[in-house]
Amino acid sequence: MSDSEKKKPNRRDFIVTATTAAGAVGVGAVVWPLVDQMNPDASVKALASTEVDISAVEPGQSITVLWRGKPVFIKRRTQDEIDSARAVDLSELKHPEKDEDRAKNPEWLVMLGVCTHLGCVPLTDKGDYGAWFCPCHGSHYDTSGRIRKGPAPTNMEVPKYEFVNSNTIKIG
Amino acid sequence: MSDHEYTPKSKVGKWFNDRLPLLTLANHLTDYPTPKNLNYWWTFGGILTFCLITQIITGIVLGMHYVAHADLAFQSVEHIMRDVNYGWLIRYVHANGASMFFLAVYIHIFRSLYYGSYKSPREVIWIIGMLIYFLMMATAFMGYVLPWGQMSFWGATVITNLFSAIPLVGESITNWLWGGYSVDNPTLTRFFSLHYLFPFLILGLVVLHIWALHVPGNNNPIGIDIKKPSKDTVPFHPYIVIKDAFALLIFLLIFAFFVFFSPNILGHADNYIEANPLVTPAHIVPEWYLLPFYAILRSVPDKLLGVIAMFAAIFVLVILPWLDTSKVRSTVFRPIYKQFYWFLVADVLILGYVGAMPAEGLYLLIARVATAYYFAHFLIILPFLGMKEKTTPLPLSITEPILGGSPDMAMAKNNSDFKDKL
Repeated sequence: MSDSEKKKPNRRDFIVTATTAAGAVGVGAVVWPLVDQMNPDASVKALASTEVDISAVEPGQSITVLWRGKPVFIKRRTQDEIDSARAVDLSELKHPEKDEDRAKNPEWLVMLGVCTHLGCVPLTDKGDYGAWFCPCHGSHYDTSGRIRKGPAPTNMEVPKYEFVNSNTIKIG
Repeated sequence: MSDHEYTPKSKVGKWFNDRLPLLTLANHLTDYPTPKNLNYWWTFGGILTFCLITQIITGIVLGMHYVAHADLAFQSVEHIMRDVNYGWLIRYVHANGASMFFLAVYIHIFRSLYYGSYKSPREVIWIIGMLIYFLMMATAFMGYVLPWGQMSFWGATVITNLFSAIPLVGESITNWLWGGYSVDNPTLTRFFSLHYLFPFLILGLVVLHIWALHVPGNNNPIGIDIKKPSKDTVPFHPYIVIKDAFALLIFLLIFAFFVFFSPNILGHADNYIEANPLVTPAHIVPEWYLLPFYAILRSVPDKLLGVIAMFAAIFVLVILPWLDTSKVRSTVFRPIYKQFYWFLVADVLILGYVGAMPAEGLYLLIARVATAYYFAHFLIILPFLGMKEKTTPLPLSITEPILGGSPDMAMAKNNSDFKDKL
């Protein structure tokens, strides 16, 4: 076969290309369900929100509730804790976030009790900042749940939540 | 491979062998010429095959009684321990068998490192071996999750969270791995499924590992090329078979000691507490065989870089045949590498030790130094040492140091050329 004949696409080349393309789409269509079946299913997604009664929580006390299989810390902060969280200069922070943005109602801090390093549950009222300390790999968090020291890359996550009334928080 | 064509003696054998040459394969395996100077460090291939088969058989039996469900798994394991006939024995063999498997694989790997078995022409054997090692770690990790104790749960949480370090898609990937927003029942059931599958993938890779080994033949303690078959070789059966069997018996004594006298010494007491997503144990530690990598992960203060360092620690092993530039295989003839070899052994043991300790203060400092040395060994020392090191003269053959002369003139010539270069 000469070079010019090789380069010129003929009907057979078209059929080969079209068949390969159709085959690739077909393979993708078969593989996707096999991959997607591992994603969170409908029953997992259905447990998307939780209501918590916070009427019994005293100032300085923290409770832990389970939401989507993860612990959520609900901390009723003392004035000292609020003041120390708000007094911090943002430039000192690894992941700068204002306490005002993390706790809309300054008395109540609601966040996922999951260390952003590798997912352990930090211990309450421990560590260099008198707030949270992760025992797994030594991350220290302040009274706003912000990472101050250790390997965790970001602050503990604040989930979507709202006050249904003064005694109830709805998470999710 | 033996050169002669094999013909079965019986008529039936010949009829069958013409249609499927299984008897030719059996003959190849029996006659397979093996260097006559192989020492006991070479018996771990057989021991590892035994370990794999043991894990598969005990695992299949455990699978008949275990229930892969977050609410029932922990109880079903206790049911195996207390109610199932000999369940305690089978589970202890399986759990300690994993540790024995890793003990043997580490000896096997360090044997390769000492005698240069990863070097040309055996790179592919080595890479397949590393794939097996990687799959072994994945399988062991998922198996450890199945009893659904505290260490199972939090070990799974920490390891799957490694993937969340990936930029942009990290969270989607972890949710996909979990089948939810945390480690939970969907995670357990898929781990059970994969834990059942992976040993068979390993078995397939073992077949390839041995196939690749039988192309160039075994390396040997002095690491020189030998002619096969020759005065330097013995047939695999009965010489190596009986030696492997003896070593296996000694290995089984140690195995049995753990199973019968201290079956829980290699585990963690925390794993006899049922998984609780609200409480993290004070001190999470992986199984002993993963500790050096865990120490590397924790020694880097940045999350993503820590994960990269941990995977890189395995990856440098995969590319080792090209990092070690020395043409001389055996450490016997490499006086300087010999010292670095033992430094590496010590370094890995130190990493293992600090991996079990809390990541703070002096331990963290030691972990960082040991991590840096680990990478320096492979990425700096090995490439330069191969170019600079003055090696001692290689013998012409295995028999030469004892009898003088080579059994084969062509070999002697090749090797004297080789010696001139050194």
